[in-house]
Amino acid sequence: MKKVTDNNFINGQQPQLLLKRPLTILCLAIISSYFLLAAFVYVAELTRWNPRFTQWDKKVGAEYESPNGKNILGTDYLGRSVLRKTIYGAKVSLTVALFASFIGIIIAVPLGALAGFYHGIVDDIVVWLCTTLTSIPYILLILAFALVLKDKSLDLTWLGLGQIPLAGIPAVCIALGFTGWVGICRLVRAEVIKQKQLDYARTARSFGCSNFRILFRHILPNLYHILIVSFSIRFVYYIHAEVILSFLGLGVKNAPSWGTMIDLARQDLTKGCWWEMTSATVALFVISLAINIFGDTLRDTLNPKFIRLQRIKYKVTYER
Amino acid sequence: MSAYIARRLFFMVPTIFGIMLITFLLFNVIGGDVTDEYAGKFADKQTRDEIRSRLGLDKPLFFSRDSQFLNHLKRAVTFNFGRARDRQKISEKFLNHVGFSLALTIPMLLGTALISISLALMAAYRRNGILDCLVVFFCIAAMSVPFLSFILFGQYFLAYKWGLFPVYFWPDLNPISYLALPILIGIVAGLGPNIRFYRSVFLEEFTKDYVRTAFAKGLSPAKVLFTHVLKNAMVPIITRIVFSIPYLFLGSLLLERFFGIPGLGHLIVDAVSSRDYQLLNAVVYISAVLIAVFTLIADMCYLIVDPRISLEKSY
Repeated sequence: MKKVTDNNFINGQQPQLLLKRPLTILCLAIISSYFLLAAFVYVAELTRWNPRFTQWDKKVGAEYESPNGKNILGTDYLGRSVLRKTIYGAKVSLTVALFASFIGIIIAVPLGALAGFYHGIVDDIVVWLCTTLTSIPYILLILAFALVLKDKSLDLTWLGLGQIPLAGIPAVCIALGFTGWVGICRLVRAEVIKQKQLDYARTARSFGCSNFRILFRHILPNLYHILIVSFSIRFVYYIHAEVILSFLGLGVKNAPSWGTMIDLARQDLTKGCWWEMTSATVALFVISLAINIFGDTLRDTLNPKFIRLQRIKYKVTYER
Repeated sequence: MSAYIARRLFFMVPTIFGIMLITFLLFNVIGGDVTDEYAGKFADKQTRDEIRSRLGLDKPLFFSRDSQFLNHLKRAVTFNFGRARDRQKISEKFLNHVGFSLALTIPMLLGTALISISLALMAAYRRNGILDCLVVFFCIAAMSVPFLSFILFGQYFLAYKWGLFPVYFWPDLNPISYLALPILIGIVAGLGPNIRFYRSVFLEEFTKDYVRTAFAKGLSPAKVLFTHVLKNAMVPIITRIVFSIPYLFLGSLLLERFFGIPGLGHLIVDAVSSRDYQLLNAVVYISAVLIAVFTLIADMCYLIVDPRISLEKSY
């Protein structure tokens, strides 16, 4: 019988498993093309190079022009190209979702790791914070955060940065990030509690490693699969949450995002203009679908439970 | 049992204190002074001072016998939240609006649970079959469409274009007619995540030995599915349903807003656009308390469904 070790599955088999599925590769291609598009818009803005399709605020035709040869996706109520707005919206929406996810992970991972590693008061405080935040309905919490941050500014004069206005993208990122970390924190905490009793962590301790080193150099790298999977789940969630915030008037200002485009449909639809919200919905749908499928595949291949099932299956076939 | 409940109630105290703290930090400290907004552009100093003292914003934040924080705690503990921005009592507002929310959300919950449990059971039974693949694909696709688009397209096509339902709430209409479309949209949008959840629950049950034994005994699939698997999968199902009960009171922000149904969701959206911190504070606090209570009820329900669970040991 071939010896099947943990290593085979964590380092050898899984990435191959992942890349052997054509659907997964397609999803990965879609996700990366969206990100490339967003990055391209960023580069074009930073270098002051204004290619035509990033000039979303330029009038290109009559108001409410339906999709035609010149403007493929039609125009909005000011005669601006919907295609350009959709492309620019990719930048705004992806930025919001990405930063919100990062803020969430930055808060969740250290808190969860410390709570799981040290018992006692740290654990109690973190668990209390998590229970408190989960007992507030999520949508209300986001709303409350976004509302109170709406026109605040962060006073960083003591850092020499001056007043940083929080309106628009930063407020939305902070509202989403500060409310969405609890789930990841709990996962990390539970996993750290499990991992710190495993042999490798005990070995590291017997070698005289400090707590800090064991936690951040040995245990945390073993949690990457949890982080990747929850990152992909949260990411889709944040893109969708941005739409709801835009509808409530708490979203991104002065720039088109997919949320504001869908929100505009409230006035547009009565005038028969369906193309603006359709293109934003389709753009959002495609990337959500791609990330959802990709995240599922990731979860299936990285999930320890699934690995265990696989191992049993392999054993049987080898023994036969 | 009663000792367990007492202990759980005791553990609820820090959670509820935490909720009070967070709402206070959000609305009083970060949110800050809303007097300018309430008073309008051309208000004189006297009006502003009046509004400020009415809202209690002229008192110190902490560290005083009459501080804002203590008043906040007092209001929360006695469930006496004072008046909203339009001077109506918040408790009255709640009672007037919560009925509409429940009329919308209870059928939504029941419909979603019924359809998704039965579909998920079938999909898990014929796993990797055509039905299963279709259901899974439908779920992922439905989860990828933003909720707002569901509502907009549903309202535009079903109500406005084809005239199957009334477009907007009207008090003289029969409640069933104006609630039908929002309920339908809510069910369709809620199917995706629910089917996926129940399907994974059932899939896990199907790998267990008792299912094989039941089939080996020669029981019919219907009997195995409905009396064996469904019964054993009751714990996660009940958890999910009981946990969603507190959200029923909140209604649905978007659905109520779009169809003009005057429920709590509508109230919340209005409070957001008028910066009515008093009302939002009350809504957040009450729903959080409801959630804490229903978490306890969910734990109680386990006892009824699954006699293997013993509360004394599990805690």
